[in-house]
Amino acid sequence: MADVNRDDVFVVFDRVQKSYDGETLVVKDLNLSMPRGEFLTMLGPSGSGKTTCLMMLAGFETATHGEILLGGKPINNIPPHKRGIGMVFQNYALFPHMTVAENLSFPLEVRGIDKSTREEKIKRALDMVQMGRFGNRRPAQLSGGQQQRIALARALVFEPELVLMDEPLGALDKQLREHMQFEITRLAHELGITTVYVTHDQTEALTMSDRVAVFDDGRIQQLAAPDTLYEEPQNSFVAQFIGENNTLEGVITEIKGDLCEVRLDSGEIIDAKPVNVSSVGDRTRVSIRPERVEMNKARLQKGAHTLKAEVLEFIYMGDIFRTRLRVAGNDDFVVKTRNAPDQVRTEPGQQIEIGWLPQDCRALDA
Amino acid sequence: MTDATANGKPQMLTTADGKPLKEALKRAQARARRKAFLLVLPLLAFILITFVTPIAQMLHQSVYNEGFVMHEDIGTRTRTPIMTNIKAWFDGNSAGTEPDEAAFAALHQDFLLLRELRAPGQVGTRVNYERGGSRSMFTKAARSAERMEPPYREAFLDVDEEWTDPELWRVMRDASSAYTFNFYLAALDRTKNVDGEIVSVDQNRQIYIKLFTRTLFLSVLITFLTFLLAYPIAHLLATLPLRYSNLLMIFVLLPFWTSLLVRTTSWMVLLQSQGVVNDALVGMGILGDENRLQMMYNQIGTVVAMTHILLPFMVLPLYSVMRPINPSYVRAARSLGATSWTAFRRIYFPQTVPGIGAGALLVFILAVGYYITPALVGGADGQLISNLIAFHMQNSLNWSLAAALAALLLAGILILYWLYDRLIGIDNLKLG
Repeated sequence: MADVNRDDVFVVFDRVQKSYDGETLVVKDLNLSMPRGEFLTMLGPSGSGKTTCLMMLAGFETATHGEILLGGKPINNIPPHKRGIGMVFQNYALFPHMTVAENLSFPLEVRGIDKSTREEKIKRALDMVQMGRFGNRRPAQLSGGQQQRIALARALVFEPELVLMDEPLGALDKQLREHMQFEITRLAHELGITTVYVTHDQTEALTMSDRVAVFDDGRIQQLAAPDTLYEEPQNSFVAQFIGENNTLEGVITEIKGDLCEVRLDSGEIIDAKPVNVSSVGDRTRVSIRPERVEMNKARLQKGAHTLKAEVLEFIYMGDIFRTRLRVAGNDDFVVKTRNAPDQVRTEPGQQIEIGWLPQDCRALDA
Repeated sequence: MTDATANGKPQMLTTADGKPLKEALKRAQARARRKAFLLVLPLLAFILITFVTPIAQMLHQSVYNEGFVMHEDIGTRTRTPIMTNIKAWFDGNSAGTEPDEAAFAALHQDFLLLRELRAPGQVGTRVNYERGGSRSMFTKAARSAERMEPPYREAFLDVDEEWTDPELWRVMRDASSAYTFNFYLAALDRTKNVDGEIVSVDQNRQIYIKLFTRTLFLSVLITFLTFLLAYPIAHLLATLPLRYSNLLMIFVLLPFWTSLLVRTTSWMVLLQSQGVVNDALVGMGILGDENRLQMMYNQIGTVVAMTHILLPFMVLPLYSVMRPINPSYVRAARSLGATSWTAFRRIYFPQTVPGIGAGALLVFILAVGYYITPALVGGADGQLISNLIAFHMQNSLNWSLAAALAALLLAGILILYWLYDRLIGIDNLKLG
């Protein structure tokens, strides 16, 4: 990555490919650089290759082609136990026949650390995740959230520089998950650990990460900070996958500078910002976030196109209103408006006009 | 309800209409419990009739033998007490008393009855269990009993000089009461001497202890061998994708679906001197034709065939504990810095211990009682205690001794089971 200082680069995937059967590539040409201390999330639907990447980094899978570098050294031929990477598994993988303290002691014992240092480190790690009193329990006696904390403590107790997490919060309920998201990011930043986090939950990815790599079809579709990812998706997949998104399909009729005109399939003409369309006549999917749609004409740029819309459904959600509209033949066009005193409340069947700032509306690949 | 108050609990929970809650609960559950009991009743009856009763009978048989005191006519099934006079004499005189004329007179009286009932063989057999060569003495004496004239002592000695043997009288005294522990003594290579003290039998007649030890040793060996062979197989089965592991599982189970006899005889085909294995070794020039290996009719045959036959009993419990072990445990251990050997030793292996325990217990108990295979491929050297039990059941017809041997075997297994429970805990047993 151009924006990463080469001296600081800690993890590098260099043109990595992976195939299990020799016929299809699960990971296609992966390039990625991570600076020290970064919290990077690999986000993608299942089967997108993100877990395979994590397993290659951990050493449980070997790259079919390309190099993975850790701290400047290629690690393709280093067995997992010599990589010194902490890992938190989806099912926690706490050893069921050992107590919590023994679980934490394990990575220290195999490193030949003496007993008193071990005990001190275990205590510190347990205190760090607020589980100091649970050292003598067995994993089966703990709740899901507690097990999660222990798994985290175990991955951190031997002070690795890199920690991998494979959907660690998948099994927790919503409230606990949100709490743990906060805990994990806090710990990662406090300890300055480089973290690679795998999830298919986009909210998790957005709230926790410094940068997010969106995976699909064995490739990174976009690698960017959460706000960039949400506001400036580079292609249709990212726009669809991250957050809620309205899509309208059409053909580019004119491009002038950073604006273009799109004729929708239903005939209407709208303004958009060309992102990955190149020439007039290209088919495009126009993407616009539900909260960026204006129902108030006064706030639109002069000369901007507006569209007619029919209200199909109005849902009162407390803090926001969610209005489903029929726009240019699309029945699933959603608008989110803040519940403010001056906000209009629409009713099904009502005809309204909507519009948006052209820079919020992105013309992407079809 | 009285319980509740007796427990000193002042408040008694009641249902909405004031009935004690416990009673109501009990009544509500009673029907379900009755139904459940009716469902298990057939099994319970089956077990009682075919399992508990025979075992109880066998245990009884091991301490009870009425061969010397009761005769049952095969045709009419009338039971007649026999040897009553000599029993009365034994009761009147303490052990070790020299048999006097009165004793021989009582014996004569009893023999007359025996002859009438055609039972001298039965009595002789009973005495013969503990003193060899006694049966013919009894049949001979019974034949000449009618011609005997007082003094009876001389008359008996005329028939056979052994009749004053104190050993014989000791055995008759013991046999005159149907309940005896002598069969247990015999099963432990012990006997009573003339004075009634317990002593070891002659060195060259001690067989049972040796056989018990051999059975124990071979069973432990076979258990260990099945463990060595089964552990990798089970691991392979547990880690392979399901469609391959199912195929492999069929190979593991194939022996189960084949007759035990067929399996054993195929081992005979393989192992005998002119068998497949020897032929192959000779054919490859590894062995000379004259030094073919003797792999059958000895302990090797027993161990090889039984290890093969009992292997599935080890594989299945191991497989059932290995299958659910998530591969992420070992991965976690590896990522935490353990070598693959350490990960196996400290993480994987301990989690399979319940399966090892179950498999070992299963194989060991089956091996200890194995009969057909050692009988066919074991020769003299590879016989186990069950073969001797079978011998006493079928050939020597000394059922009491067979029962005593079987009871000792049962007791031994129960002790091992108890030890297992103490050391590993029976809750940890996982059969699948």
